[in-house]
Amino acid sequence: MKFIDEYRDAKAASRFARDIAKTVTRPWKIMEVCGGQTHAIIRFGIEELLPGEVTLIHGPGCPVCVTPLELIDKAVELASRPNIILCSFGDMLRVPGSRTDLLTVKAEGGRVRVAYSPMDALEIARNHPDKEVVFFAVGFETTAPANAMAVLQAARHKITNFSVLVSHVLVPPAMEAILSSQGNQVQGFLGAGHVCTVMGIEEYHPLALRYRVPIVVTGFEPLDILQGISMCVKQLEEGRAEVENQYSRSVRPEGNLNAIRTMSEVFEAGTRKWRGIGEIPNSGLRLREAYQKFDAELRFGLADSTCEEPADCISGLVLQGRKKPDECPAFGTLCTPDRPLGAPMVSTEGACAAYYRYRGNGTAHSTTAGGTKGPDEQRKRS
Amino acid sequence: MKKINSMNPVKGSALAEGAVACPAPVSGHTSIQMAHGGGGRLSHELIEKLFFPAFANAALEERHDGAVLDLGDERLAFTTDSHVVSPLFFPGGDIGKLAVCGTVNDLAMCGARPLWLSAGFIIEEGLPMETLKRVVESMRSAAGEAGVQLVTGDTKVVDRGKGDGLYINTAGIGRLNRTGLVPSRIRPGDAILLSGDLARHGIAVMALREGLEFEGGVESDCASLVRPVMALLDAGVDVHCLRDLTRGGLATALVETAGTAGMQFRIDETLTPVNETVRGACEILGLDPLYVANEGRLIAFLPEEQAEAALETLRRFDETGGACVIGRVMREGSGTVTLKSAIGVDRVVDMLSGEQLPRIC
Repeated sequence: MKFIDEYRDAKAASRFARDIAKTVTRPWKIMEVCGGQTHAIIRFGIEELLPGEVTLIHGPGCPVCVTPLELIDKAVELASRPNIILCSFGDMLRVPGSRTDLLTVKAEGGRVRVAYSPMDALEIARNHPDKEVVFFAVGFETTAPANAMAVLQAARHKITNFSVLVSHVLVPPAMEAILSSQGNQVQGFLGAGHVCTVMGIEEYHPLALRYRVPIVVTGFEPLDILQGISMCVKQLEEGRAEVENQYSRSVRPEGNLNAIRTMSEVFEAGTRKWRGIGEIPNSGLRLREAYQKFDAELRFGLADSTCEEPADCISGLVLQGRKKPDECPAFGTLCTPDRPLGAPMVSTEGACAAYYRYRGNGTAHSTTAGGTKGPDEQRKRS
Repeated sequence: MKKINSMNPVKGSALAEGAVACPAPVSGHTSIQMAHGGGGRLSHELIEKLFFPAFANAALEERHDGAVLDLGDERLAFTTDSHVVSPLFFPGGDIGKLAVCGTVNDLAMCGARPLWLSAGFIIEEGLPMETLKRVVESMRSAAGEAGVQLVTGDTKVVDRGKGDGLYINTAGIGRLNRTGLVPSRIRPGDAILLSGDLARHGIAVMALREGLEFEGGVESDCASLVRPVMALLDAGVDVHCLRDLTRGGLATALVETAGTAGMQFRIDETLTPVNETVRGACEILGLDPLYVANEGRLIAFLPEEQAEAALETLRRFDETGGACVIGRVMREGSGTVTLKSAIGVDRVVDMLSGEQLPRIC
């Protein structure tokens, strides 16, 4: 398949791996920021190709994983109200809140719909004028422009039964929080390619300069990642700390100016809490005053609360790159994708889910066949 | 309900060493979720923990696509399937074709020649008569192709709003002339064959249901596999086990079969065929084709030296024209499946957890 197969070529992968091995002279710890990169690394077995000196640390770039517990609880509360349809991206539905998750609310009769785009939610609002439609606006800079566009369209077309539950987070402040934290081990970054497709690379220069850390904006295919690692190792070995763009087929230095303009029209930066990490100043987006009538939290008077988090799981440390998923005592035992303790075990971009799915759960499969046969197709009511 | 353990709530910019925080637990399910019918781990658990203990018997214990029953000198295969697809008609098939093909395929996977089917129709009040006629005509045609007769049936009508238009259950009986094809016959060194490209049905139905359009379009692989399977067996190929791929996709079928057989399988990602459009759709939606539903594909386990003959036979039929070898049975073991990734590194294959849900970005 064009634009995919050429980035998954085994011979080229070996060449990059050899280059990295030739360049490296001492140990380096490199963090891949984005959960999509983490999944590709585990799924394709990229770490197996790397020399022992290079350690990859999995970063916080999983939007599902860092959405605060309190916001999930608010989404659950909204979905449980009789007159509300809650629309969400699919992989938010399994994420555990403090009491339950959205899939369970759906099973118990709540109106939860999977949306592929916020514009779908807007369409649902148009078609159901008697209902309130709330879109769970989650994600990094990647999803923010489309969510902003939905709000702009709602304003333009006077769709008054549409609102958004905003939980947007920004990548550079999170990288800075990691770099400035006590005991930080990260020496270089693979920057999040899709975030930079929207935002460009300029905002990373101050970080590289201040913390003397190379940042290589990197794509998501195996060869992208290997090349990103190669560029990062080269910088580290040469004592450079620059922002480089491996993913130039998608990322322009200035980003997508239309998308940035749309985002800035609707959202402004503000302090946000990251699940498992805590509050980070200016690390999130909130609706500007002119668009606050589309804020679901205000519209439905959702009270702020603080939920206590359990001790059994270490996803906070996993999200900060301080622990690997399989270093968690609950991994594969108390915590599985079907009964998750933490969001990284259920998100398609979560590091724990990637380890469980592609490396096994640490226990031998004692599975048996039968029963799940049957060609019947699962019905969805969405 | 699992108790929520208390610990310090996350406060402030808590990135200091040891600042651990994590989501709260959700306990075991107290109600049925969609994933209990999704063909993955929760379906598997429901069957293992509720149905098997309740109905324990020797035929059920074989854990195959159908039960193989001895009746004097005769050996019969018996199976059942319910069909709840929405929408009722989709590119490449409809609920009627699925209802026939699904059940005859299950019989064929046991090595049986399908003979008779029953059909139970649960119809929602208000369903257009024309719709029902089209479905029945499709069933008639599929049954004819598979060489089975529909010999008994039942009809129920439910109130408007209490069904999805139409549900169909079919059960089937077939005759075996040979030893059953069961996972316990799989041997180290066996070749693993796949009968065609993956993930067509899941993507075709999802595209229609969600209003997604893909250039080139995608048709479901929904088909009866009776003719190619019978040809394979009649050709004298010593097939050890057959398995049709359904909701959990290739990955789940492999993991389940490896577990039952107590063997380790290894497959090669670059050898598993996926149509270009389907692959594109999966890439966009963040779905793994190994886990997407199929309705007309099988995997076969047979001695490596007979693989060429088997491929030759299967490729004579349109429905298995894309047959290929995707891997082999490595050795006895605890039932793990490994996959050689596109860049040549081995990793573990797990069964489907929950439902595959489209990702955020």
